[in-house]
Amino acid sequence: MGSKFKTWGPGLLLISPSLVLLAVFVYGFIAISFRESITDKHSAAQATGRADVNLVGFENYAALLSSEAFQHSLRNLFVFTAVFLLGTLLMGFSWAWVMDRPLKGEGVFRSVYLFPMAVSFVASGVVWKWLLNSNQGEQASGLNRLFQMLGLDFLQNPWWTHPTYGILAIALPAIWQLSGYVMALFLAGFRGIPDELREAARVDGATELQLYRHVVFPQLSPVALSALIIIGHMSLKSFDLIMSIANQSTYSTKVPAIDMYNYATVYDYANSAAVGIILLVLVALAVVPYLWYDARSRKEGR
Amino acid sequence: MKRRTKTGRSSTIFALVAAGSLVLAACGNGDSGGSSDDGGGTAGGGEEDASEVQVMTWWAQGSEKAGLEALVEVFNEQHPDTEFVNAALAGGGGSQAKQKLQADLQAENPPDTFQAHAGAELQDYIDAGQIEDVSNLYDEFGLTDVFPETLMEQLTVDDKIYSIPSNVHRSNVTWVNPAVLEEVGIDPSSPPADLDAWMADMEKVADAGKIPVSLGMDWTQTHLLENILLSELGPEAYNGLWDGSTDWGGSEVNSALTKFGQIVEWSNTDRDGLDWEPALQQVMEGNAAYNVMGDWAVAAYDAQDMTGGEDYLYWPVPGTDGIFNYLADSFTLPVGAPHPGGTKAWLDTISSAEGQLAFNTVKGSIPARTDIDAAEFPEYQQSAMEDFSSDTIVGSLAHGAAAPVAVSTAVNQAIVKFSQGASDVDTLQQELVAATDSLGQ
Repeated sequence: MGSKFKTWGPGLLLISPSLVLLAVFVYGFIAISFRESITDKHSAAQATGRADVNLVGFENYAALLSSEAFQHSLRNLFVFTAVFLLGTLLMGFSWAWVMDRPLKGEGVFRSVYLFPMAVSFVASGVVWKWLLNSNQGEQASGLNRLFQMLGLDFLQNPWWTHPTYGILAIALPAIWQLSGYVMALFLAGFRGIPDELREAARVDGATELQLYRHVVFPQLSPVALSALIIIGHMSLKSFDLIMSIANQSTYSTKVPAIDMYNYATVYDYANSAAVGIILLVLVALAVVPYLWYDARSRKEGR
Repeated sequence: MKRRTKTGRSSTIFALVAAGSLVLAACGNGDSGGSSDDGGGTAGGGEEDASEVQVMTWWAQGSEKAGLEALVEVFNEQHPDTEFVNAALAGGGGSQAKQKLQADLQAENPPDTFQAHAGAELQDYIDAGQIEDVSNLYDEFGLTDVFPETLMEQLTVDDKIYSIPSNVHRSNVTWVNPAVLEEVGIDPSSPPADLDAWMADMEKVADAGKIPVSLGMDWTQTHLLENILLSELGPEAYNGLWDGSTDWGGSEVNSALTKFGQIVEWSNTDRDGLDWEPALQQVMEGNAAYNVMGDWAVAAYDAQDMTGGEDYLYWPVPGTDGIFNYLADSFTLPVGAPHPGGTKAWLDTISSAEGQLAFNTVKGSIPARTDIDAAEFPEYQQSAMEDFSSDTIVGSLAHGAAAPVAVSTAVNQAIVKFSQGASDVDTLQQELVAATDSLGQ
């Protein structure tokens, strides 16, 4: 017993503070949130315990998921995530591909592409708000004015205020901001492929295209998956960028995180918690299969 | 070969660690909807501790900040033993301050007093048992006779009053650019008699390629709608919207919404990205003819050295002549305030004639008391004070006087959905019926 403890005891002691913190502040609070979400705590009086709070099971979830407003938020979220993912992966990958070849001043380009990530979403959101001004014609400013000056008037559009596609305009700054990060991931992936493999392929008579298709790309799939998960879960939680470009009432850019905020500001803690849990489940749906896949492939000794 | 595989693996590991830490961050953010009811320790202090008073406001900039400073000067004279502690938080309309306040109150760690819009916006705090009835202070300070009777009615909830107003603003004011009107052949000197006449003028402006009424983000649209409803329904039916006696689903509301829809259609398309000041700027610069905004707009005109009567005109919103759509800032006594004696001293100063005079001349609002000499005030405020003492007083929705925050938030959202073109008049009306469902129960 004593000797056994010596082997795992110190390690356990070392990590126990963080274990306790995690248990309380992450998993404990998730449990509290879930408990709130199955109550009828919709008013200020209930929030302070001056009126009765009852457990209502999954009523809030059913009401939310069947309401048109929340479905609109979910739809926006999925459209946003799809475009954001596609955009960053495409841009990030192509930049990395270009930079994979020996290039003069590669360091400069790498920094230039990576810099936008250093800017906070709130700061870039304010600037993009000016750029994405929805006025057209005489009153136009921002990008719409630029289109006019370039003689591309037909490109003018209402950006984020379009009731159906407005959310796509929010994906634009998001893609701009995170493509560099995805590029860095892919570049690390490209660099991790041993030169010998490429040389062997060339010796066997593969063209450059075949080389990429059959040798390089297959080895990048773990990186692509990481990028997918990282960008995907960031996208699901999007809040600050949207709030700094639009505002909490804007219909065209509403996503669940904004609904959560709106409910919390009017003491509707039950619905706010329910939206939070729905978001958590969505993120888990994206992340858990990945973790499982990763654990399994590691066990197989890959 | 071996060396290279190692780098390959370490970069994968790095990517995994990066991914893992982000995932953890995700979980950390995921539960912000939860609330914790732990009682925060309340600071010490006896029953009537008057050693200091911590005052939470959103008067942190511009004329508001200057007004607060003027008020504090009077406070220090009247109550030299109480130390004033400024807990102002910046953010238009108190959006940031209200968040912080909600958290503090929830944690039972209230400030000594906080600024809140008088009227229905206090309902949440009352329901939550977070503020005290201060009716006895009205008697003690002799306020019952100096505030207008209609204002007292608006402030009273179940025979109790929970706050003391420091200043009053008017919501139903139209700001006019006379040069634009002359350009399109409208005589700016005589305001239109009612909404229909006004809309006929707007059409002329729109035909000339200018914006009739400039609009801004969510609440500025609600602000316009409330005044159109007031103009169309009249004060009695308008008040009935907030106690359930006027039907939101009725045909009169429908016709008001239709007119509102037309005005929105004529307005600037970048409204959702503009706060009230840039929207008003459109009128100042002559791109738009009218803007409907509260009378804090005077401060914006003053800041650009524009003169009322020449560079700009102001009327009550057509059809609302003789009605004063009010909103008021007021101060409260939170339950469990650490220095209730200090709070009492503060409430005494803000309700006193000297305090209201000092504060309002600087802030650009008018005093809630009617016994203050108007001659001390600038021109616009003189006319507003005259109206306030004689007009019918109704409460503003967009600024918390008429309905609780939950209602105005839901109304804002329904209106923006409509103005963005995602719903029609009938859908908007249904959504407004749903949003105001909780009223009058």
